[in-house]
Amino acid sequence: MPLRILMLDQVIFYFFAAIAVVSAILTVTRRNVVHSAIFLITALLATAGIFLQLRAEFLFIVQIILYVGGIMVLFVFVIMLVNLDVAVRQLQFARQKWVAMLISLALAAQVGLMLWSTGKMPGQGMPVLVAAPVDKLPPNSEAVARSLFESYLLPFEIASVLLLVAMIGAVVMAKKRA
Amino acid sequence: MQGLTQATLEFVNQYWAPLVCGLAIVAVLPLIVGYVVLVERKLMADMQARLGPMRVGPHGLLQPIADAVKLLIKEDIIPDDADKLVFWLAPVLSVGAALLAMAGLAIGPAFQIAKDINIGILFVVGVSALGIFGIVLGGWASNSHYSLMGALRSSAQLVSYETAAGMALVCGLLFAGTLNMTSIVQAQHEQGMWFGLLAPVAFFVYLVASIAETNRAPFDLPEAESELVAGYMTEFSGFRWSLYFLAEYTNMIVVASVATTLFLGGWLRPFPRTHWLDFIDFLPPLLLVAIGVYCLMRTPKQPARVQQLFMLAVAGLCFTVAVVLAAPVLLRTPFVNPLLASAAKPFYEGIHGGFWFIFKVSAYLYFFMWLRFTIPRYRFDQLMRLGWHFLIPLSIINVLLIGIAMIAGSYLHLEGGWLLLATIPASIIALIVALFILAMEQKSERQQAGGAAPDPYA
Repeated sequence: MPLRILMLDQVIFYFFAAIAVVSAILTVTRRNVVHSAIFLITALLATAGIFLQLRAEFLFIVQIILYVGGIMVLFVFVIMLVNLDVAVRQLQFARQKWVAMLISLALAAQVGLMLWSTGKMPGQGMPVLVAAPVDKLPPNSEAVARSLFESYLLPFEIASVLLLVAMIGAVVMAKKRA
Repeated sequence: MQGLTQATLEFVNQYWAPLVCGLAIVAVLPLIVGYVVLVERKLMADMQARLGPMRVGPHGLLQPIADAVKLLIKEDIIPDDADKLVFWLAPVLSVGAALLAMAGLAIGPAFQIAKDINIGILFVVGVSALGIFGIVLGGWASNSHYSLMGALRSSAQLVSYETAAGMALVCGLLFAGTLNMTSIVQAQHEQGMWFGLLAPVAFFVYLVASIAETNRAPFDLPEAESELVAGYMTEFSGFRWSLYFLAEYTNMIVVASVATTLFLGGWLRPFPRTHWLDFIDFLPPLLLVAIGVYCLMRTPKQPARVQQLFMLAVAGLCFTVAVVLAAPVLLRTPFVNPLLASAAKPFYEGIHGGFWFIFKVSAYLYFFMWLRFTIPRYRFDQLMRLGWHFLIPLSIINVLLIGIAMIAGSYLHLEGGWLLLATIPASIIALIVALFILAMEQKSERQQAGGAAPDPYA
């Protein structure tokens, strides 16, 4: 029985992972900015799917709600600020080729190190994120609330004050001088 | 490959019941939406002293089917300069998000597709908000000024009203103490009080914000036909257009269901804990029997044989549903074998709860329609002012004061109905403070020199 569930988990994980990787690649290669934004959404939704597969429901829905709001605004900016006809003809994001390559190499090395240290090379048995059994987990949103409001109350409050300051700052800067 | 087949089999084995329910919803919902549209047209006709659709079927009862066939066989037009792929994707996205949100709804104690998800209400709200992408992308992809304007208005409207709606939901959730749809209704059963009565101001804010979020009149600025032709739907025709329509009405049902669950007691009948009011259980079957008898009486007056038969069919349907609804009441009589009665109990409770849930959702939708035919459309700057200057401050102050009222209530050991003593004054104070803020703002704006004309496209 556990073996079969593992199988299902694996299929779901690789499904979402493939979508996430492909749409992330498309996000940076599309010329049309709106298409890029659509693929960005797809990548984020696929990530949300992986959270759901791990039984992290709260993270799943927060990912969707926050990024919907965020990318909604991004869309509006793109439509209002970017001249698409010009942008499509220009070649973009091509100037930092060497820096990008260096960073990707570093990232690949990190992932490789992680795989090596867990002793599971891709060749010998696919690495898979195994979800905890459902009945052993406390309700997800309550667990998140406990860690936020009990264990990490002070950092949480500091972060909220920081956000509040940023918000007020934005309002003050946007407001016209009377 | 074998593993994949095995995984698929495992998935189907585990989840066949929700899958079938989901398929049923996807199959039946367009029909329901068609009839909601018919009811809306009939209501509009009634309020404007007309008859409304009368030609297809008795009293136009087959009109939705004729409309659906017409929309399906219409020519499918895609503008030359449109972004073809996005144009194709946008309506599908809208409908997909709306239908997916239906999965989280708890219609009655027994019927819920995604059973007992811990994040219930967040799931419904978050996923249905994804539908806005369909509107914005559709407006952008049609490559037309009216469409784009409608899409931008729609996004601005959603961003403005989502905060207020979210804060209103927080108010209800404070009483419930859980996000799970089933537990929210159970909490209202334990309190013996709908949360809509405990927090009337929050319910009002959610009502207004939900109208704005579903782009309904008087806030239907994204598709204001007097200014923008048809807003984001201008370039869509035939089936794609009907997909947008389906999404809009499905979204209405979703917000109505959320409001019903959180503020109107979900599938509980009125006064669920007062036993001398048990006769309320008899009302739904009696109502249906009355409708059936009325249909029978009208049958001889129909002009054509087909229409007479159709009337008879409607009457028969009403009687059947009435028998099904009456079953739990009949089961309580001593003639029935108690073992059988106890076995069938959860099933019939589900049916009964389903009736009350659908009844409340219909009442909410009726209110939507009533508002649409009563209040003229807002101007866009008025809409923004209402959202940012009144609803958002009101909802935030309301959350604060309701929280304080709850703490005070727990110190004074107020339970159930007595909690009203704490929350009603809190709601009234919140309303007064918000109105005061609004008045102060208007005063200071009037004092500012000049007073430039409002920008209609702001």
